[in-house]
Amino acid sequence: MSQESAEVISATAGASARAARTRISPAGDRIFMFLLYASAWFVLAIVAALFLVLLQRSWPAIQTIGLGVFTQLWDPGGGHFGVLTFIYGTIVTSAIALLIAGPVGIGAALFLAELAPKRLATPVAMLIELLAAVPSVVYGIWGLFVLVPVIRMYIGPALQHTFGFLPLFQGPIYGVGMLAGGLILSIMVVPTVAAISRDVFEAVPNDQREGMLALGSTKWEMMTKAVLPYARSGVVGALVLGLGRALGEAMAVVMVIGNKPQIVASLFQPAYTMASVPANEFSEATGKVYISALIEVGLLLFIVSLLVNISARLLVWNASGRGRR
Amino acid sequence: MQAIQETQPGRPADASATRLEVKDLNAYYGKHLAVKGVNMQFEPGAITALIGPSGCGKSTLLRCLNRMHEVIPHAHVEGEVLLDGQNLYEPGVDPTDTRRRIGMVFQRPNPFPTMTIMDNVLAGVRLAGKPPGDATLEEISEKSLRRAALWDEVKDKLHKAGTSLSGGQQQRLCIARALAVDPEVLLMDEPASALDPISTVKIEELMRELRGAYTIIIVTHNMQQAARCSDYTGFMLAGEAATGELVEFDTTSKMFTTPKEKRTEDYITGRFG
Amino acid sequence: MDFLKSPGFRKFWNAFMIIIAALCAIVCGVVLAVVVTFVISKGYKALNLDFFTKLPLPVGMTGGGVANAIVGSLEIVLMASVISVPVGVLAGIYLALFGRGHLAANVRFFSDVLTGMPSIAIGVFAYSLVVIPTGHFSAHSAAVALAVIMLPIVVRTTEEAVRLVPGVIREGALALGIPAWKATLLVTVPVARAGIVTGALLAVARVAGESAPLLFTAFGSQYWSKGLSSPTAALPLVIFQYAISPYPDWQQLAWGCALVLVALVFALNLTARLAFSGRVSAN
Repeated sequence: MSQESAEVISATAGASARAARTRISPAGDRIFMFLLYASAWFVLAIVAALFLVLLQRSWPAIQTIGLGVFTQLWDPGGGHFGVLTFIYGTIVTSAIALLIAGPVGIGAALFLAELAPKRLATPVAMLIELLAAVPSVVYGIWGLFVLVPVIRMYIGPALQHTFGFLPLFQGPIYGVGMLAGGLILSIMVVPTVAAISRDVFEAVPNDQREGMLALGSTKWEMMTKAVLPYARSGVVGALVLGLGRALGEAMAVVMVIGNKPQIVASLFQPAYTMASVPANEFSEATGKVYISALIEVGLLLFIVSLLVNISARLLVWNASGRGRR
Repeated sequence: MQAIQETQPGRPADASATRLEVKDLNAYYGKHLAVKGVNMQFEPGAITALIGPSGCGKSTLLRCLNRMHEVIPHAHVEGEVLLDGQNLYEPGVDPTDTRRRIGMVFQRPNPFPTMTIMDNVLAGVRLAGKPPGDATLEEISEKSLRRAALWDEVKDKLHKAGTSLSGGQQQRLCIARALAVDPEVLLMDEPASALDPISTVKIEELMRELRGAYTIIIVTHNMQQAARCSDYTGFMLAGEAATGELVEFDTTSKMFTTPKEKRTEDYITGRFG
Repeated sequence: MDFLKSPGFRKFWNAFMIIIAALCAIVCGVVLAVVVTFVISKGYKALNLDFFTKLPLPVGMTGGGVANAIVGSLEIVLMASVISVPVGVLAGIYLALFGRGHLAANVRFFSDVLTGMPSIAIGVFAYSLVVIPTGHFSAHSAAVALAVIMLPIVVRTTEEAVRLVPGVIREGALALGIPAWKATLLVTVPVARAGIVTGALLAVARVAGESAPLLFTAFGSQYWSKGLSSPTAALPLVIFQYAISPYPDWQQLAWGCALVLVALVFALNLTARLAFSGRVSAN
């Protein structure tokens, strides 16, 4: 037997010599697998490159300014590059956005996932996706020419009339300002919160709902006591993801916030955000340190967004089982 | 049938035909040993059935024969599978060469959805880089479809989608597709289990017609099918830790009348499984 | 407390809150309608043949168009697609077919994270990576920025699409002795084609409207671009630069651009989603 097979092997030696040496593979397959792995690594390399390139280019500013970056005064001409006012503006506008978009987005998601018949839910979900698809600069022009006058003439005076005792709503109403920025952001954040919350709600197993309904609960009680608690971490993730979108948005905000580096209580006052500073000043920036400082603002924004997104994704992945696939 | 009665199992009737042989074969999924210690010789030109309860490793064993097992991530094989004495698992053997020589038909018909009937039949010839020889592509597709007993039903719609056919026709299309690359061995993994009874009969008739021209190995959980169609039968059973073993392997007539092993008899008479 | 637990109040509260939830969904639709209505009503007046065929005119002269911005946008988005789609599709195939280990988990995770990165930060990245070393603004650098934004979208939608293709299709191809690369690219991928195209269209729709990363890469221009390595006009930039200008003529052009952009982005989105959902239900 062994002699026989030895003969056969030598007879086919030509054929096997032609074939590739390793187990898995003709040459084409090895090249293909290499390309697949290279592409996968490329995605990771991009994330790393984002960080490293931004760090490298902001290094001159980091060396010159040091911790001075965490001060209030932003005066490029005088060599002062403090970003605290931008951080304040970002926090306030993002907070307004989330206060409005959070409840509305979650409500819309509950409606789509739990209440609406599929025939209605599909087109409505499509509309919400279109809301997300509107380019931010279009929200910007709409905000500038429609929302800002509406705030100056109606919303602002009404708020001042009702809540004027709060420092938030005192002072002159310009129209442009943190309120306008926050409102525009809330429109842009709603689709994010709604779409992801909906996914998370739909991942809640049906026995959770049935168990609660079987106890004699109403539909709303079923949603608040069974669905929401089960989906809690995912909903938090959706909100954090919405926050990520809000604090990173540059164009819509830069067009309506007034772009003034100051920390004031009144929401009617102009301000500035992390994302809108580079958008507004980059094309006019001169001098190595100034440009480098703007890149450093980008770096800070990148790091904050990275942290926000990582935590959001971890929450959402665990809730919808996305990462385990 | 004569040749079979005259020869012992595992002893080739015709030394010139392609012989397929398994030696000390273990198959793993990751660390799990799914099939252990299989030794078999398949009669050239005959139909061999592998039977056993589900989870006994018969499909896994079948997939080891043309190196389809390793397509599953983390799955690997130990031991030897010899095709005409050449170990298919030797380093340097190209699995695509192996699969061209050992064709396979799957449990569910899997025509390529984006291809026409004709493109499906010719997929292997075109994409596997096998030289078509003297025959034109049209000739190859007609010959394969005729051999798969499908030609008359599809000759007027060769450019329609393969998925437009009925389930039974799709399965015969997949057989034609496998035959088009001119394999020496044909592996069939429960080829009729997803089909209706009439289509099943057609597949079984087809197998009988292909017998002699190809060495056919079929996995089935249907004992009657094995008894009806095959010349040899191997019985597999999962033992400890869900590891499948070949319990007994003999001519089909002996397996179903005078099995040597108690476990074979129990299974065949329906006492478990 | 008893009142709050009474069946009557619970029923009322249930109905009330359901209406509130429905209102939340309706509000989204209304906001969309309001924005779109304004864009159409203000933008359509700017649209005429000149808008699509002429260059912008200096302040004070009426008329003119944004032909250079339309061409510039097409150039930049096309280049970005050429960079990101092949790599993204390959990475998506990797995730769908071989993606089980740590590498795959990380690629999935950071793709999703990258999707959430501020486009302005990616613009600063492209500026730092391309504009500073080459010393000038260019369509190239803008394409790099947009490609980075497109990449994760293409990766994840390709993965989803390829994953939907039954494994037996690929196995059928492998069992014929077809090499894995051909089985994947010529058998599996064509089945997933609709999904992959959808992903690419959604990615294009997303970046076609991006302006923040173009501000300091493409930079914008009043003239025809002198080539891919010179400053180039783009529709989103025109909207921004003209909207904040004090001249009504320019603001008018900005609204016109907004209308064109919204129409383009919506068309891409709807095509992509309708084409893909039809495909899924057909299987």
